Amino acid sequence: MAIELLKGNNAIAEAAIRAGLEAYFGYPITPQTELLEHMAARMPELGRTFVQAESEVAAINMVYGAACTGKRVMTTSSSPGISLMMEGLSYIAGTEVPMVLVDVMRGGPGLGNIAPSQGDYTQMVHGGGHGDYHPIVLAPASVQEAIDLTVLAFDLAEKYRTIAVVLADGSIGQMMEPAELPPMAPLKKVLPNWAVTGEPGRPRRLLTSIYLNPDDEEVTNIRLLERWESIRGEEVRWKEYYLEDAELVVVGFGTAGRVALSAVRAARAAGIKAGLLRPISLSPFPETVVRELAGVAEAMLVVEMNAGQMFGDVKLAVDGLIPVEFYGRLGGVVPFPDEILAEIRRVASGPIVGQNGHARQRWLERLSILREGN
Amino acid sequence: MLNAAPATAAQVVYQRPRSLTETVTHYCPGCTHGISQRLVAEVLDEMGLREKAIGVASVGCSVFAYNYFDVDFVEAAHGRAPAMATGIKRVFPDRTVFTYQGDGDLVSIGMAEVMHAAARGENVTIIFINNAIYGMTGGQMAPTTLPGMRTTSSPLGRDIEVTGMPIRMSEVLAKLDATAFVVRRSLHDATNIRKAKKAIRTAFEVQQQGLGFSLVELLSTCPTNWGMTPNQALSFVEEEMLPYFPLGDYKISEAVKALKV
Repeated sequence: MAIELLKGNNAIAEAAIRAGLEAYFGYPITPQTELLEHMAARMPELGRTFVQAESEVAAINMVYGAACTGKRVMTTSSSPGISLMMEGLSYIAGTEVPMVLVDVMRGGPGLGNIAPSQGDYTQMVHGGGHGDYHPIVLAPASVQEAIDLTVLAFDLAEKYRTIAVVLADGSIGQMMEPAELPPMAPLKKVLPNWAVTGEPGRPRRLLTSIYLNPDDEEVTNIRLLERWESIRGEEVRWKEYYLEDAELVVVGFGTAGRVALSAVRAARAAGIKAGLLRPISLSPFPETVVRELAGVAEAMLVVEMNAGQMFGDVKLAVDGLIPVEFYGRLGGVVPFPDEILAEIRRVASGPIVGQNGHARQRWLERLSILREGN
Repeated sequence: MLNAAPATAAQVVYQRPRSLTETVTHYCPGCTHGISQRLVAEVLDEMGLREKAIGVASVGCSVFAYNYFDVDFVEAAHGRAPAMATGIKRVFPDRTVFTYQGDGDLVSIGMAEVMHAAARGENVTIIFINNAIYGMTGGQMAPTTLPGMRTTSSPLGRDIEVTGMPIRMSEVLAKLDATAFVVRRSLHDATNIRKAKKAIRTAFEVQQQGLGFSLVELLSTCPTNWGMTPNQALSFVEEEMLPYFPLGDYKISEAVKALKV
């Protein structure tokens, strides 16, 4: 395959098609609409299923039905649409059928706006639908990584009979970058032995998320959790930059992580021993890596395009070993590298221990000064 | 010769359809779910569809429909069965896909899903049980509850000043151009049960022939939540429900008219 100039949304769609996607169900919403449009053109020409649903509620339930047949299925949306899908996601998790979901996040809460955001971290990583379940959540920081993680998402979803999410943001979906698509994979010929396929010569099959007897439901929950434990053991992914001798570890995912990398490079050029940890699997979260880094570094700085949704998970992993500071931009604002560099300089220059209040509170005070300055 | 068997030999003239399991029913005495599910099973048997059908159960008393049908089944979220059926049918167009939904599920929370499945002309069959009440949750007002009818959430009787009027779903769906077969039947006596079965048979034939969206609305009883004996409940269907929900063929597309069942 050749390297091409590709837009994130189209690249994700084409990657899914080449990974053997058989059915796509979706609903238009900015900033992911090109993804749906790509599917609308490509899926029928390949003789595969494309349905524009009447709502995200319907789209996720069409996915639910198609996922029960064991075929490769997906839907995509953006934050407000993802909120509408939470019902279906809980049912899909409870029924233990694989599916891939792409969330091209935008500013919120509510209708918000169509600018890039990372405000869906909590609703994806920590559930959002009812009950105990954990989807796999993968966060790309480039168009190439969005392609690779989309393909990986299908494999992981099937391997673990789970929901696999590609959690991108508006800038990943909208920007164009040189990237390479995978070759076209053949469609699955053999469907799994749990799939509801309406075939003769075997006992009937039933797929459901209802277990009226609490003991049965507890057994199901334990099965889901044990599967999650093996995912936690096998599927943690992250990327490290300049961490070998880093005294200050910046932690950021997706676009925030990418902007932070520019800041870390600038800090290095200024002689500051900063490094970057970019979690790729947000769920399972690379908590062991964070914990190990907390054992050797002097401080951490979490950078997000939200109010610190991953920050809590970092704090949990650090477990009080070293100070953890936070810097975020909200509502669709993407931080500039200079803002993060200023934060790196601040954290690197003085002791944080003993400062008053919560890191998030202190960040809000700095943010208000910054905004007044603008 | 009309009957080849010796007059003395014992003959099985009535038995459990192969498409039903041997599960003991959980439905209340006098409830017509057992009848409608048996009719669907008989049709699946007669058409040889048991092993190529996929059913979609809904939420309500019929949530356990999958316990009774000996065919592949999935269980939908409340109201979403037509969306789930769409997903299945689109990836398995040659399978027989049907939903079995009550009036709370289909007319209230699932209104959008059924309307759009019908508007797309999805080639699926919907068995719609209308007993004018929410059964599973203990008898609350449904969008099909008759004016003045007492339920646990309309204890003084349905007040149309504040709750509007019941929805006649077959009439509504028939207005959509893409529907192929939409009829209303009743289960309150033997004659009507036979007509109901014929309609169910036609609906599945419509799907088999790829003619599009088919729905059979069945007026049904809920003696427990209506606070009636089984016989009173059957009379209620005939005397109170039929006038508001007239039986009839609301949509028979040209292609369906040409169909020989």
